[in-house]
Amino acid sequence: MSCRRKFIDKVMIFVPWLCVVVTVIPLISILGYLIYKGSQTLNVAFITQLPKPVGESGGGMANSIMGTGIVVGLAGIFGIPIGVLAGVYLAEFGKHTKLGWIVRFLADVLQGVPSIVIGIVAYTVVVVPMGNFSAYAGAVALAMMLIPFLTRTTEEAILTVPEDIKEAGLALGQPYWRIILGIVLRSARGPILTGIMLAIARIAGETAPLLFTALNNRFWHRGLNGPISTLTVQIYSYAIAPFNDWNAQAWSGALVLILLVTLLNILVRTVARSRYIERS
Amino acid sequence: MPSNKISVTDLNLYYGHLHALKSINLSIHPQEITAFIGPSGCGKSTILKTLNRMNDLVEGCKITGKVLLDSEDIYGNVDLNLLRKRVGMVFQKPNPFPKSVYDNVAYGPRLHGIKSKAVLDDIVEKALKDTVIWDEVKDRLRDNALGLSGGQQQRLCIARALAVQPEVLLMDEPTSALDPTSTAKIEELVTVLKADYTIVIVTHNMQQAARISDQTACFLMGEIIECNCTNQLFSDPKDRRTEDYITGRFG
Repeated sequence: MSCRRKFIDKVMIFVPWLCVVVTVIPLISILGYLIYKGSQTLNVAFITQLPKPVGESGGGMANSIMGTGIVVGLAGIFGIPIGVLAGVYLAEFGKHTKLGWIVRFLADVLQGVPSIVIGIVAYTVVVVPMGNFSAYAGAVALAMMLIPFLTRTTEEAILTVPEDIKEAGLALGQPYWRIILGIVLRSARGPILTGIMLAIARIAGETAPLLFTALNNRFWHRGLNGPISTLTVQIYSYAIAPFNDWNAQAWSGALVLILLVTLLNILVRTVARSRYIERS
Repeated sequence: MPSNKISVTDLNLYYGHLHALKSINLSIHPQEITAFIGPSGCGKSTILKTLNRMNDLVEGCKITGKVLLDSEDIYGNVDLNLLRKRVGMVFQKPNPFPKSVYDNVAYGPRLHGIKSKAVLDDIVEKALKDTVIWDEVKDRLRDNALGLSGGQQQRLCIARALAVQPEVLLMDEPTSALDPTSTAKIEELVTVLKADYTIVIVTHNMQQAARISDQTACFLMGEIIECNCTNQLFSDPKDRRTEDYITGRFG
């Protein structure tokens, strides 16, 4: 009996462990292959120079790296406040209201919309009226992907803040909005930041919504109201190009993209953690 | 007979269809400790929360009757934030903010407009000294308050409530989550605080009510069945049900 119990115990520990290995294998192999392929053409020129004309070797993706930073940054500026505040609304005021229900439903639907469709929407509402492809249009498309995700993440994060600390704030004679800003959002800061980081990582890797909004540009962008290069679109066009050196540079672009997202993630977490220990 | 700090007249409270408080009449005297006792669900926490309108947060809560604070009707046209500044509250479970010890205490005064660092330092030090926790935390004012022990957290919460200089302090079973040593410290603290504040305390612990309070109100099923000065109520209860409750026959 005891032998059988020990056997089952071993199996029950082994199975989840095996699942972890199975999950991690693709991740490690993708990263490993990316580092292997990407590092071959990655050098200082790659991150400081513009692309060279066809036929000339060398050059880099400096304009695309900067472009990704600009477009994703703009999307964050547009999207993060709206997403977080909509989440605050859902968790604090829209719990049982009809509007809350509708917003929640739409956010869920919007998260499932294919990103190419979001690109078309941004093309229709921004590019067509403005008359040209632009960094703004790309940022609007990305913000549309970021907002629903962030709204739901923020809502979930705020719902985990214990009711009793809100009561404590109210009992001190604080208006409700100050409690939301000073206590609720502060307590839920960890999960909200995680949500922001996940959302940023996701939109930084999007290509489809940028194809006909931000378009591409082989040179430095001229203002935000014009076509701008981004890493993903540049990787896309280099990867399908019939030149070996372009294909190789596409790998380096992908590696740079991953490094950037990872660095940003680590940076934000370190800054957020350094002030106080998280609750729990 | 001192004049009343708070007087409750013919107060009825409904949670939806539930008639939770029935025709409550009650006088709370200044610089005294009033204890509310009674079995679970008798309405003693509910009445406490009507005194600073924390029940406003509960959906479907309806109140009739009058609650006068210094002869001003708090259910009339009052500034809710000012009311809660005057009538502070300490909760059953210690609930410090996830901030530093210092910021917990300074939170209230800061948002009520005090900016000067020196003034804030003084307020924080005084509040922490008043609640006899200063010596334990003076070297960790910048540490997260959630790292303190339960008893320390509760005293910190009292300090936080005192820092906005309230006139009345409502305490909802402040020691029920604490060990005997911390309980003793808080009881001692409360008896000292009564020199400056009017204190209302809800407790499940009859000995605690008998030890520290001046006046006791005994609740049952949403009614006050007896309200008298504490010595009298415990030694010579007028109502049979009070006697049953305090001798432990039910509740």
